[in-house]
Order: sequence, then C-alpha cells, then structure tokens
Amino acid sequence: MMSTYYAGLLADVGILLLGALSVYIILATGQLSLGNAGFMGIGAYLTSYLTVTKELPLTVALVIAAAASGAVGVMVGFPALRLKGIYLAMATLGFGEMVRSFFLNFDLMGGAGGFRGMHHVSLGYIWTWAAAISLSVAVLEHSQIWLELRAVRDDETAAALAGLDTTTIKVGSFGFAAAVAAIAGGLFAHHHVYIEPGNFGFERSIDFVLAVILGGSTIGAGALVGSLLLVMLPEYLRFLAEWRFTVFGALLIAMLLVRRQGILDRSLFSVSRLGRSA
Amino acid sequence: MFGGIHALSNISLDVLPRQIVGIIGPNGAGKTTTFNVITGAYRPSMGEVRLDGKAVTTQPPHLIARAGISRTFQNIRLFGDMTVREHLLVAQAHRGFSPRRLLPTRWADPEAFRRTEEILEFLKLGDVKGRIARSLPYGVQRRVEIARAISARPRLLLLDEPVAGMSHNEADDIRGLILKLRAGGLSILLIEHDMSFVMNLCDYLYVLDFGVMIAQGRPEEIRTNPTVLDAYLGHGT
Repeated sequence: MMSTYYAGLLADVGILLLGALSVYIILATGQLSLGNAGFMGIGAYLTSYLTVTKELPLTVALVIAAAASGAVGVMVGFPALRLKGIYLAMATLGFGEMVRSFFLNFDLMGGAGGFRGMHHVSLGYIWTWAAAISLSVAVLEHSQIWLELRAVRDDETAAALAGLDTTTIKVGSFGFAAAVAAIAGGLFAHHHVYIEPGNFGFERSIDFVLAVILGGSTIGAGALVGSLLLVMLPEYLRFLAEWRFTVFGALLIAMLLVRRQGILDRSLFSVSRLGRSA
Repeated sequence: MFGGIHALSNISLDVLPRQIVGIIGPNGAGKTTTFNVITGAYRPSMGEVRLDGKAVTTQPPHLIARAGISRTFQNIRLFGDMTVREHLLVAQAHRGFSPRRLLPTRWADPEAFRRTEEILEFLKLGDVKGRIARSLPYGVQRRVEIARAISARPRLLLLDEPVAGMSHNEADDIRGLILKLRAGGLSILLIEHDMSFVMNLCDYLYVLDFGVMIAQGRPEEIRTNPTVLDAYLGHGT
C-alpha cells in the first residue's frame, strides 16, 4: 500500500499532467497560452459548486464543468485568432488573471476565503481521468485532425491555402484544452478539498507551460515526463524546495538552449512507428 | 489597393481549361499580388475572381482552395516539421465535422492514402516521403510544394516562380512535369522570370508592370512587343 504522502504526490502529477496537456493541445496549433490556470479555476469552482451545493455526482459535475469551460475556451479562442506570439501570450495571461480576480471577488463561493466542503477522491479516480485523457490525446496525435493542427502550427497561411479551416482548428483547440484543464481543476478541488483563487493564478499556468517545455513540446507524452519532473524532482532534492523557481528557471533556459523541443520528441518514437501511416 | 497605392489596376485575365498561362513582368509589377487576390489572401477593392463562372472573390482562402485553386509560393512555404507524405495527406484531409477525422488517414480515407502514393511516384518523391520537409534540398522542396498543391486535386494550379534558382536540367524537368499536369486536365497559371522557360511553355502571356497590364498575347507576339521590351530594359531586369 502506498503512503498517503506518495499518494498525494502522484495525485499532483496526474492533475499537473492534465493541465500540461491543456497547454500542449493549444501549443500544437502554434499558439502559446499562459492563462490555462484560468480554465482550471473555472473547472474547480464549477465542479465544487455542483457537488457541494447541488449534490451531483462528481463524474457528472466534471463533465458539465468541462463543457462549460470548453465554451469559455472557444470564446477566448476567437479573439486569440487576431493575436500572435507574444501578444497572444500576454492576452491569455490577462485572461488567467481575470478569472482569478473574478473568484477573488465572488463571495458566493467564498471569495478570498476560499471554498470548502468537497469530498475527497481516491488516487485511482484521479488517474482514471488522467490516463483516459492522456490516451485520448495519444490516439488523436495519429489522426487526420492532428496533421491539420501541425500544419497550422508550421505555416498557417500555407495551411489555409491548402484548404484547411484554420479558424475552427485554432478555436477548437482552445475549447478542447479548456475542457481538459477544467477536469484538472475539478480533480484538484476534490483532492485538496479546499480551493482558493490563488490556486489558479499565473504560477499555476507557468507550471503547465514549464512541464510541456521541459518534458517535450512536440509530443503528448512530454507532458507526462514534465509533470513527473516538476513534482518529483523537488522531492528527491529537498534542498531545492526554497530554490524551486531558480532551479526550474535555470533548467528552462538550459533546455531551450541545448534541446529546444524538450526531453521527448517525435523522433524518439519513430522506430516504433516504422511502417505505420503518417 | 494598399493605403492609397494601387497595387493592381484593371487587371483582367482568363485561364481556359488545359491552358498554360504565364504572368511576366519586372520585379514589383504585382504578379504575386495577383496570385494573392486570386487565392483569397487579399480582397480586391474592386473586381471579381471567378472559377467556372462562379464568383469566389469574397470567400476565405481555405474555401477557394477547396473549390479547386491551389498554389505554390515564391519563397517555399512547406510545413517544416512534417514529412513529405504528411504534406500530401493533410492537403487532402477530410473536411467538415466528420468523426473520421479522428482516425489516421490510412483508415479514414484510403483513397487519399493511395492517391498520395501515386503522386509521390509521379513526382519522383518516393525516396524522400518519410523525410522532414526542412531537411530536404531546395529542388526537392520545390517538387514537394507542387506535390502538395496537386494532391488537393485542383482545377487551376498557380505556380509562383516554379523554377527560380534551378539549373537548366531541373527547369526542364519541371517543364515536363507541367506539360504532364496539363495533359492530365489541369489549367496552369504561372509567374516566372526565366524568359526561355516561359516562352517555351506558355500558350498565352500577360505582362504586368507597376500593377498594370501592359501587354497580352501569344509568346511570339510578346517576344517582340516594344512596350514589353521597354518595361524590362527600363527596369534593368
């Protein structure tokens, strides 16, 4: 049997994995989103409201929250079409802060005092979701639609002129990612059984991005490697606890200089894909 | 029009079925701009683009592409991290909200998969089909661009300087390819600076200078047209 402490760590990995995947999904179209913790927050608060106040079963609440967050994601995705690179990053950052600040003032769900009353879910439940979504993404990466995502990322204009509906692809990716991040939020809320706006701020969004950049930004499995790294590494190097940001910042710079795509990339998996379709 | 500057004025050109039409003119004449208008990247302040009599001027680029107009680019624009085969597959991908798009192409659209293999053979790209586009030599990249453009099964193919930077032999190969494409039913509109290439290939020519059409006609007529010679000599091209 696993100690509660380790169970907690693995739960954090699973939740971070989902958040990282939400960044990865958007990044796959060539857009960088620094505000996905906002979607996580929406998921966390909405799920908690549904289970605590409306007494819905958690699974149902998660699905509803994911759908709602997905709708918000689509709404964010549209103005995002007009922005590129750093301007898009800044706008998504703004969105994330907007959500955090909204919940800070939203007294119906505790405001700055936070919200509690959720029941605790098992590690198994969390990882069922994490595994299911990860596997879905892994399967999706071989689909036609993922080819289109990659084409949009590589050259959006050429993609459009080759007949691809770049608008639906880019906006759709925001929607899908927002839904995944919402699940992360709902699971977070029912693992820590207490949430407050500060849980879903910029630092959280950066954690997601860090996990993807370090673990591998061109393949979904990178999110898993990155999540493990970010959660487990500080455990094995205890003294890092206070220097966490310094170390991970240095790691980020080093990775971008030495191996820009992150630890994992597609070519590492190409041997197993010999003979398979593109 | 761009902020007061008439990039193109009163341009009118027609491409008939199975015709190879060339647009020539000094640098900056507006040739690529014409392509951009036809493919929907730019919306003209006046005028129309019609495919088979149907106006497509206000449609977004991806719908114009699906209607049957494909293009290549002056500066090659490939999908850097994708393989050659993936370029062809993605250009043919299923459209609409079909759940088949969630499957790999091999299963979702075996027709497209088979056609991809054919086109790879036709353009002698079989050897490099698994190579990442970015890693390919220039001449091969140009062929990949053309392959991508034709895999979408266009009716009209726009080629923007298809033999730029190529050796005589390579250009000859492209010329042969274009003739084969025409024989297969395609209409081709091309921009080129290589005069011998253009003269030996096109059925009809349009000459642009400063955004205006200064001459049009069969290559023999254009070759000796004083206005055309003047435009070229005047620009020192």
